[in-house]
Amino acid sequence: MTTTLSVWRGGAGEGRFERYDVPFEEGMSVLDALRWIRAHVDSSLAIRYSCINANACHTCMALVDGRVEYTCTARLAPAGVTVGPLPKRPVIRDLVTDTMPAEEKLAPQT
Amino acid sequence: MRHLSTDVLIVGAGGAGMYAAIAAAREGRTVLLLDKGLVGRGGATIMAQMTVAAAIGQQEPDDWTLHLEDTLEAGRGICNEPLSRMLCERAPERILEMDRWGTRWAREDGHIRQVTAPGHRRRRCCYVDFLSTGPAVAATLRHQVATTDRVRRVSNVAVIDVCVADGRVRGAVALDLSTGSLVTIAARAVILAAGGLTKIFRRNSASTNMGGEAYWLALDAGAELVDMEFVQFFPIAHLAPRLVGMDPIMWDPFRYKLGGRLLNGQFEEFIHRYGGEDEGRYTAPRDLASYAILKEVEAGRGSPHGGVYLDFRHLPEATLRGAFGPVIDRLLANGIDLTRMPVEVAPTAHYHMGGIVVDERLETRIAGLFAAGEAVGGPGGANRLSGNAISEAMVLGECAGRMAAGAADADPGWLSLYADRTRGELADLRGRKGRGRAPGVAQVELQGVMWEHAGPFRTGDGLERALARIRELRRELPDLAIADGDVFNLDVQDWFELRAMLGSAEAVAISAIQRTESRGAHQRLDAPQMVPGLEKNQVVSLAGGTLTSRWSAVVRSGVRTP
Repeated sequence: MTTTLSVWRGGAGEGRFERYDVPFEEGMSVLDALRWIRAHVDSSLAIRYSCINANACHTCMALVDGRVEYTCTARLAPAGVTVGPLPKRPVIRDLVTDTMPAEEKLAPQT
Repeated sequence: MRHLSTDVLIVGAGGAGMYAAIAAAREGRTVLLLDKGLVGRGGATIMAQMTVAAAIGQQEPDDWTLHLEDTLEAGRGICNEPLSRMLCERAPERILEMDRWGTRWAREDGHIRQVTAPGHRRRRCCYVDFLSTGPAVAATLRHQVATTDRVRRVSNVAVIDVCVADGRVRGAVALDLSTGSLVTIAARAVILAAGGLTKIFRRNSASTNMGGEAYWLALDAGAELVDMEFVQFFPIAHLAPRLVGMDPIMWDPFRYKLGGRLLNGQFEEFIHRYGGEDEGRYTAPRDLASYAILKEVEAGRGSPHGGVYLDFRHLPEATLRGAFGPVIDRLLANGIDLTRMPVEVAPTAHYHMGGIVVDERLETRIAGLFAAGEAVGGPGGANRLSGNAISEAMVLGECAGRMAAGAADADPGWLSLYADRTRGELADLRGRKGRGRAPGVAQVELQGVMWEHAGPFRTGDGLERALARIRELRRELPDLAIADGDVFNLDVQDWFELRAMLGSAEAVAISAIQRTESRGAHQRLDAPQMVPGLEKNQVVSLAGGTLTSRWSAVVRSGVRTP
């Protein structure tokens, strides 16, 4: 059984949603599917996560079917899902947005 | 190229790195705290759901010397005793300091509540309800770091080379993931606090940070590793049904708070068949429990997903809720009702006892290069006690920060040519177009090889096969494909990570091959006994691109904690 993810690829404003067929397993998370895409279809997909499954690091947020969610706890629906970058945050690449506190960034080089 | 300078550079901003930053800054030094993920969000500490061992003696009379005796006993004779002593002697100060900083340790009758954990003769393990110990510790340290002067923290910057000249550390070269450009860092002292290597195994409880980067950085800089064959496999990690939003090692506190029956696929108790006593309590040591579970699976008596059952159905819901409150609802949201169904559990790679060789000041043989936390080898010997990992992060973090501050008087000088090698490597990666497979795919293969042949049960033949495959994968490094684009290119990050994973995996394999006995977490099916003559350590070094392991006498006690 497979399901389909529609995933934002590109930078801020310029880009498109691309469709990926992913094997579906009961109970899997959206992050599981995104990591599957990186490992099996396109390793250039940019995503941010650390703890993978524990919902401890709180770094894997994205817009899942229009709602801000942790992709590690958002369940993948058999009917498929649309995943985009967080709104109101500058997009760095694909699903990675600039969620770093200002003081944790290297200031742009002058 | 972007250039930064600091007194003390800290690689990795988990529990040990953050504590080191606070300690170095309060000695008056400037600190640069880097993490390849987000500062204070990655690493292992934040994932810990269990307890922190410290002989504060608030639950019952206790003394750090008793904690040390327990730690050395669990380590099966090969702990680095001054480091074990430091961990046990200083853990109470750290727990109480964290208490002053606002960590909400569970309390009763006006004192910090302490519970038992396997291998501890006293009730000395502190925790934060409910399964929130790690996140609470991480939050406290994040707040302290953010409010400490002189600490600059930078996220999404991965250190990929520690620069050494004339036997002294000079700084580092790092990759800024957000832009894909290199950053050079001049530093008077460097602390490696980037955790362990459990990510090299297919089944693991690691965050994505734990790919052995600290070990590779140390080896490549000329420092040494010790006890690399000792990987702790946690016996009852969650296996099925699929559970999201919880650390897979969550079941331990359930077992020791409430009991919980470990049953094979035929719903029979089995630990006693392997010389353990279980009786629904949490008494069988981790190595024996892992062995028993995998033997049952091998004999065809496993659960459907290849583990065994953990069963709490004998407990009323009120008891479960009393002990674990909101966690019971999180389980229900995952479709898991403990009053009606058992869960499936199986061993997983959980912690690495081995690590960087340091002296009692936590300095490597490279002047100015220090290590802290799980990255350090020695305090746990062949088997770490439950509850000692966060103590280790806090105690070794604090000490490394203080000692590195003391070593940062003189400016050793930085030359831009220190970055030449890394600059060349990155240029090579950028120029690749679709030659081989992606580095992340090779990582998955390595994880399978390590689980199969260098996992909870090892044989000489299997380990040789693993070593051969690791070396083939190393030769494949120049041919792996890297996708286009500089900004947040995970292929580039995966490539550097894979190189570190392969170096760490090779260190594990060569050490495990040479240790022809079973001791603590290192279990050889072809050498099941502990050999008294092997009560010594193995030290791994890198020279001319080749890793070698040699035997070394155990560092015994007699040194005072600085």
